[in-house]
Amino acid sequence: MTETIGRPVLEVPIAEGAHDQHMVLNMGPQHPSMHGVLRLVVEIDGEIVVRLHPEIGYLHTGIEKTCEAKFYQQVVPLTDRIDYLSPLANNLCYCLAVEKLLGLEIPEKAQWLRVLLAELTRLNSHLVWLGTHAMDIGALTVFLYTFREREEILRILEGLSGQRMMTSYFRIGGLAMEPPLDFHDRVQKFIRSFPEKIDEYSNLLTGNPIFRNRLKGVGILSAADAVALGVTGANMRGSGVDFDLRRDMPYSGYEKFQFKVPVASDGDCWSRYEIRLVEMRESVGIIQQALDGLPEGPIKADAPKIVLPDREKMKTQMEALIHHFKIVTEGFAVPAGEVYQGIESPRGQMGYYVVSDGTAKPYRVHMRNPSFATLQALETMCKGRMLADVVAVVGSIDIVLGEIDR
Amino acid sequence: MTESLARTLAGRAEVLDGLPEHAAIKALLAWDAGALTDAKFDRGELTLTITPEKIRAAAAALESAGYNFLEDVTAVDWFPSSPRFQLSYHILSHTYKERIRLRVMLDGNAPSVESITTVWPSASFYEREVFDLFGIRFEGHPELRRIMMPDEWQGHPLRKDYPVEGYR
Repeated sequence: MTETIGRPVLEVPIAEGAHDQHMVLNMGPQHPSMHGVLRLVVEIDGEIVVRLHPEIGYLHTGIEKTCEAKFYQQVVPLTDRIDYLSPLANNLCYCLAVEKLLGLEIPEKAQWLRVLLAELTRLNSHLVWLGTHAMDIGALTVFLYTFREREEILRILEGLSGQRMMTSYFRIGGLAMEPPLDFHDRVQKFIRSFPEKIDEYSNLLTGNPIFRNRLKGVGILSAADAVALGVTGANMRGSGVDFDLRRDMPYSGYEKFQFKVPVASDGDCWSRYEIRLVEMRESVGIIQQALDGLPEGPIKADAPKIVLPDREKMKTQMEALIHHFKIVTEGFAVPAGEVYQGIESPRGQMGYYVVSDGTAKPYRVHMRNPSFATLQALETMCKGRMLADVVAVVGSIDIVLGEIDR
Repeated sequence: MTESLARTLAGRAEVLDGLPEHAAIKALLAWDAGALTDAKFDRGELTLTITPEKIRAAAAALESAGYNFLEDVTAVDWFPSSPRFQLSYHILSHTYKERIRLRVMLDGNAPSVESITTVWPSASFYEREVFDLFGIRFEGHPELRRIMMPDEWQGHPLRKDYPVEGYR
């Protein structure tokens, strides 16, 4: 039963009436500027892009299918692997969705720490984006600068969870453990110096004539196209659509924080670059507010049948030991229903759609990942431009192939 | 959790009574009251069930009523119960700052539904994904090909009768 209809991609027909001049070029999947394993089938007329087809699926690992075979709490580490540059954003979105299904209240301290870490993750992700984007354009130096700061973020995350990248620090019902004693000071030290670092990047790039010329007026996406093609996050705000889930549909206590949402109207690569730089500054502001106002209290919800007990209690109290054993071996049943939880991840609107049938394993988990939809707009942005601009555009929309293919 | 989020309204009549001022419901009723077969308000999320033949027109009606952004299209396989497939469309309104879910139930035998790519071009990848992983066809889709799996792959991995591991 072969159900494939339509043509295989290699037989993409060359536009009519142009058989002699046009040529079909494969970019990727193994290409340093493709940010992973993205394959673009580009039809070009000389140097001008006529059509462009993204071909994806090279990283498809069937995470959605795997989720259906795991207990709810076992899905958390899988969500890390979807977007390996912002694992905590994925953790957060999944945990919020399951907590919504359970109707679980999260203590305030955990909410604030989640916001703090989500913003730290945004910095982490934007730093990788900035470094690699500039590197694609030819400005190699910035990469070394941004990875210097990213290293410090990774060390902070390592102190929290023991892991640099796949942290899995958020749990259903709260956080995995108390942050270490030096956490406050380290984050404070980092964000105190970070605005100067953004100035450094800006000094290297904003005034650089080559960088400017490569980005200004390149890859233009209108506001109407951005909405129609499902583009979200900084890419959408770069096109002049003023919408940010953190501000407009707040989750996890974002309504308590003050921050600005930058919007630009040009819709080109330069707008997207500028917006992400401002976003980094705003994130620093949010982290500062979260550090200053961090409430006291527990970091896990009071739900012994869902949240694992503290190690100390588990070793000393019979009841806690039973709960621990039950959760680990049988999981916990989640009331039947379906929820969709959206958050503003570093790349745009992320959404987790979790369907429960009342058992301890999710019936269906679907991830709406921002990069997946953003990729559809690539043709609109590149059409009629030079082939070299494709590299600039792919860099500027900040995609991660792990979350596109899942 | 606020009180408005905690309440649950199940069934078409109850939702219409409980949320008479909701923009999406008003738009759908004004367009075609018969197409809305079921509704549910649960955990702060509104789910509206639409008859499969009218999904494209319903999407167009909502799009012009201010629900301007298609966030997600996906499916759930309720094998072996019938109707087997549930399609979920998540639609966001930048104006009202809220999200609704359209639900379409499809029979398990050669499932097919009208594509909404004419309303939102962004549905293209999502419908290809559902076609690839669930085997639901979208009539009128410009390029209905597999997107995740190789072109020559047999079967649809996210169906419940497809094993998680081992050989089929």
